[in-house]
Amino acid sequence: MSATVQPAAIDARGVRREYKAKPKTVVALDGIDLRVEPGELFGLLGPNGAGKTTLIKILTTLLLPSAGTASVFGFDVARQTRQLRRIMNIVSGGEQSGYGLLQVREQLWMFSQFYGLGVREGWRRVDELVDAVGLQEQRQQKVSSLSTGQRQKLNLARGLLNDPWILFLDEPTLGLDVSAARSVRELVQGWQHAVTGRTILLTSHYMAEVEELCDRIAIVDRGRILAIGTPAELKRRVQRESLFQLEVDRLDGGPATLTRLPGVVSAVSPSAADAGTTSTRQTVVVNLVLEQDAALAGVVAALGSIGSSIVALRKSEPSLEDVFVELVGRGFEEREGEGATPEPTDRLEPPDKGQPPGQARPPDQGQPQDDSYVSSPPVEIAR
Amino acid sequence: MSLFVHRSTESPQHAADWDARRVLIVNLRGIVGRAYPRIIGAKREPSWLLFEILLPFLTTSAFVFVYRALNAPQEFVGFVVLGGAMTAFWLNVMWMMAAQLYWERDQGNLELYFSAPVSMMSVLFGMAIGGLFMSCTRAAVVLIVGSVLYGVVFTVEQWGLLLAVFFLTLAALYGLGMVLASFFLLWGREAWHLTQLLQEPVYFVSGLNFPVARLGFVGALAVATIPLAVGLDAMRQLAFASSAATAGLLSPAAEALILVGMAVLFIGVARLMLGFIERRARHEGKLTMKGT
Repeated sequence: MSATVQPAAIDARGVRREYKAKPKTVVALDGIDLRVEPGELFGLLGPNGAGKTTLIKILTTLLLPSAGTASVFGFDVARQTRQLRRIMNIVSGGEQSGYGLLQVREQLWMFSQFYGLGVREGWRRVDELVDAVGLQEQRQQKVSSLSTGQRQKLNLARGLLNDPWILFLDEPTLGLDVSAARSVRELVQGWQHAVTGRTILLTSHYMAEVEELCDRIAIVDRGRILAIGTPAELKRRVQRESLFQLEVDRLDGGPATLTRLPGVVSAVSPSAADAGTTSTRQTVVVNLVLEQDAALAGVVAALGSIGSSIVALRKSEPSLEDVFVELVGRGFEEREGEGATPEPTDRLEPPDKGQPPGQARPPDQGQPQDDSYVSSPPVEIAR
Repeated sequence: MSLFVHRSTESPQHAADWDARRVLIVNLRGIVGRAYPRIIGAKREPSWLLFEILLPFLTTSAFVFVYRALNAPQEFVGFVVLGGAMTAFWLNVMWMMAAQLYWERDQGNLELYFSAPVSMMSVLFGMAIGGLFMSCTRAAVVLIVGSVLYGVVFTVEQWGLLLAVFFLTLAALYGLGMVLASFFLLWGREAWHLTQLLQEPVYFVSGLNFPVARLGFVGALAVATIPLAVGLDAMRQLAFASSAATAGLLSPAAEALILVGMAVLFIGVARLMLGFIERRARHEGKLTMKGT
């Protein structure tokens, strides 16, 4: 039996895209090399103007690369557009496609016809998807009267009509509330896991979303991929030391007692507010920086020997935001006017207000990550 | 089976391998799909009855009363009713067909059409058929109500040729609409203004309310360039065959041939234009993208 070699879901080599603009040409993509395997849920993470949407436009045959080549499941995006369009679909955040006077079912049925579903087959498929995305109650409702979240579920259902092998999701939870965003993420995961080989390319500037959904991530800025890896791999790139937050019932001699232990880089007590503890008990919180995790055993033993009981122990991990800051030298929301690419389709999002740089959270992320690492000194990483 | 599994295909390569029959079927369904919202819209928004039928009928009636006041031959009333009916198609072509791609881009639909496995020509045909459905209703109402109300008597001797001319006129008109749709997309609001500028002159040279032959050379020029003018001139001759007032610029058969040429030319040009637009869109990243 001969084994057929499955082409990569996405294979981009040296993809460059320029836009003619005055006073000078804008480089939206500057030599992107990317390989995504079939079955992956791959995330492109980057700020507005990073080039994410331009890359999606190229991969979905809507734009030609100025230089370089790209293929999707072996189909060249420049030359084999017909074949590629038969196996893909695209859903964008904030999408207002379709016609407001149509009802939900009607709108989906209309789009089903563009993919060649038969009349009855189309209606059946529409009803299945309406159920799957949870729009049963809105099925007879006019599209124009849907809420933003319902609208996005409708868009997602549209994107699944043709059973694509690859789905491009461009900021799919943009502007959604917590519940709607979670629902969309669950749908995306559910759809992908239903059939082996289904591939998703997701762009987002929501860190937690990308981290939750994606098998691998590429961090993009100014048209270049700065790093690729699993979320854990990327975090490891910036984490050279182990950070723990320790809460003990008492600590005779203070944190300095721990500093003398082998493998302990530092041990400091933050202020109560910084510690973020809500305990009503009288406890001592210590932020520990260890050379490596193994040093924790010595700390635990030492605490036991001096009669301290551990109330809580939490490992602090760097966030993807930290990775981005390390790679780029600025936070997500610190968009630099000179370098930002005015992508015509990055028609998106107002910046998160009221959050300091490097700590921006999407509106749908209710559970902030531990920020303790943000205040740590910068760590040099190898690029 | 999961709700998320619809058709199982062995591989992406297998899923992308369509034969000619499947391509044809998908494109035919694409036409139906794009015509659908227009047909549904006509049913769902009854206000169009006022704007599309009642108000234009008043305009037609005004011309009828003018001719009657002037004691013009009764055929002239028929000309007005026929012209009023055909106006529906011209307005639909100009404001619905021509502007549609421009609107579709702003709604974000155009990208989805381009990225779907359906030809843009099918999308345009769908628009045309949906528009025809609406306009036919309006035209039929104007024709039937106008004929009954104002006592128009048709004397048709060549029904086949009359129907052929009617459908050829529509084919040429909507072919022109497809071409205009591409120009609108390329030129944006400039094209819109151009259409506004052309609306009344086109009405005039098309002879919607009088025989275009009365315009002499200008009329001949209109016949050579505007499907509505040549179509109406032929239909007028065929619908009022016994009237001396219907003398046309050319014979109906000759005008039918001109319409065939126009239909082929416009639809062919529309196809070329769409190809050009897609190439330009992919090169420049402008045309299909919202807000550019």
